[in-house]
Amino acid sequence: MSAQTGARVGAAAADGLTAGTEAAGAPAPGTTGAEPWIRVERAGFAIGGAVLLQDVEFSASGGELVALVGPNGAGKSTLLSLLSGDQRPTSGRVLLDGRPTADWPAKALARRRSVMTQHHSQAFSFTVHEAAAMGRAPHPVGPDDDALIERCLREADVDALAGRDVTTLSGGELARTVFARVLAQDAQVVLLDEPTAALDLHHQEVLMARARELAQEGRCVLVVLHDLTLAARCSDRIAMFDGGRLVALGPPEDVLTPDRIREVYRHEVAVLEHPTSGRPLVVPL
Amino acid sequence: MTAAEDTAGSAPRRAALERTRRLPLAIGLPISGAVLVVAIVVSIGTGPIQLSPSTVLGVIWHEILGQGAARPALETTVVMDLRMPRVLFGALSGAALAVSGAALQSLFRNPLADPGIIGVSGGASTGAVAAIVLLPPLTGAAVAWVVPAAAFAGGILATTLIYALARPGMDSGTARLLLVGIAIGSAFAAITGFLTFAADDDDLQTVVFWQMGSLGDLDWMKLAIGTPVILVGVVIMILLSRRLDLLTLGDRQAHHLGLDVSTTRKIVIGTTALLTGTSVAFAGTIGFIGLVVPHIVRLICGPAHRGVLPMSAVIGALLIVVADTLSRTVAPPAEVPIGLFTAIMGAPFFLMLVLRSRTVRL
Repeated sequence: MSAQTGARVGAAAADGLTAGTEAAGAPAPGTTGAEPWIRVERAGFAIGGAVLLQDVEFSASGGELVALVGPNGAGKSTLLSLLSGDQRPTSGRVLLDGRPTADWPAKALARRRSVMTQHHSQAFSFTVHEAAAMGRAPHPVGPDDDALIERCLREADVDALAGRDVTTLSGGELARTVFARVLAQDAQVVLLDEPTAALDLHHQEVLMARARELAQEGRCVLVVLHDLTLAARCSDRIAMFDGGRLVALGPPEDVLTPDRIREVYRHEVAVLEHPTSGRPLVVPL
Repeated sequence: MTAAEDTAGSAPRRAALERTRRLPLAIGLPISGAVLVVAIVVSIGTGPIQLSPSTVLGVIWHEILGQGAARPALETTVVMDLRMPRVLFGALSGAALAVSGAALQSLFRNPLADPGIIGVSGGASTGAVAAIVLLPPLTGAAVAWVVPAAAFAGGILATTLIYALARPGMDSGTARLLLVGIAIGSAFAAITGFLTFAADDDDLQTVVFWQMGSLGDLDWMKLAIGTPVILVGVVIMILLSRRLDLLTLGDRQAHHLGLDVSTTRKIVIGTTALLTGTSVAFAGTIGFIGLVVPHIVRLICGPAHRGVLPMSAVIGALLIVVADTLSRTVAPPAEVPIGLFTAIMGAPFFLMLVLRSRTVRL
């Protein structure tokens, strides 16, 4: 308990809810064992009488990729928007580094977390390069910006489109451009809402491989996905939502059981084992 | 930001769209600036008394810089007292309207947004027309400032009203602001219409002239009041360039990239109200500039505000100076309202650019 006072400085909100997880060690946010980067405490969100999210308990830290899955309307995107700081939970708390996300100043928050939304409209004819460069907005201008942006364009495989007008792009090309912008933002917490929805097979793999790398670099990556097999293959943990509640959280093989998927999705599935990786393969029947 | 364009060229589809052609600011701004200066000089020389550019420059040389020989009194009066204030204010006013329009189109992400949308022009019209119709005929010094003051007050009042009702600082977004703006705008237009209907013949002429825009009443005093406000407003807006770029992505996305959206929105609306209010107060409602100029500029040099705002200022100024020159020369000695010319010149140019451009979406 000797670290308690130190921890309170950085995370006044830590309260004792997760007390008991290793009080010793430096209170630096993000190091495993200390205050998790993201902490969701009994969070709920209701709007106009509709309860979109209730009683969600969740935490995540650097170095892991968590897939958020569940049927349409299950609350995945709602949780992501609470984590983004776009909205304030109507009950409970959603904390980033111990501080409610909605209380963060916009710029500080943008340096800490980046967001790829499900819909991205581009009304103005910026070039792909310009659009990706906007990821640098929260950061002071630096000498390495150009090199960084070029690298992000390559990683999202839009470098060949750099000079293109974004309003002429296909849905998948635009999604990759937005992903390049998210990479350029260079935040430690990366929130991706159905990033692969518009992508072809190859680019889906490229994007998820990069997302995995981000986690391996020590970042915390949360991805909303519909493809359960993809989720199983790429994630360290899966959070499954149903009707606004978090119904399962854990390693893919624990969460993706045929019974649970049948219950949540109301659809029969077979879960096979991947011949080489051993990860679950979810096959609808 | 064209550095990366050279890497384009490998995607086989839609090869014609591979690169977007843009005029670099370093070329566009000096050229348009030079054209503007020439237009100003020609405009000052144009009118019932025709003066050559060298005469105009000679007068300016002597009167303002204290160099060279004195010119005849008539030439000096025409240049310094009759034409220079109106031409210079016309240029400033064009810059103010175009910059406001560019900023509002980004704020609302709507190509049809112009300064009218936040109620400034409508409110200013109502204020001015009310002053013209309801007050006893003005005499003496009051002529110079009562109508502009009423116009300015009306403009700011309308914007404040719209803002208070829509409360865009809350999370209601820009759509509500747009709708409230339209509703309040109609209400003010109705009041203006009623006042116009009730006006007697003399007032009516003033009203009509004012509503179509006129630079005829400008003098050095008004220029001295309006210039600092407009210059400061334009500079504030240019300083917001990067924030306006982010706003074009949408409120949520802008917030994700670190923009304090509600604060930025307040500053943009406040600055626009000042810019447009000042322009309308002294020159009446000059339409089309705020709507058209930003589009023209974006088609030429791309949507980044670092380029759009200064270029809009220059092109807006140019368009008004040319329109004002025409308004004084088509039917001398009468002056045709300037707003008619901005529309007549702007519409076809705008149409041509829209029809020719490959991407019509903005």
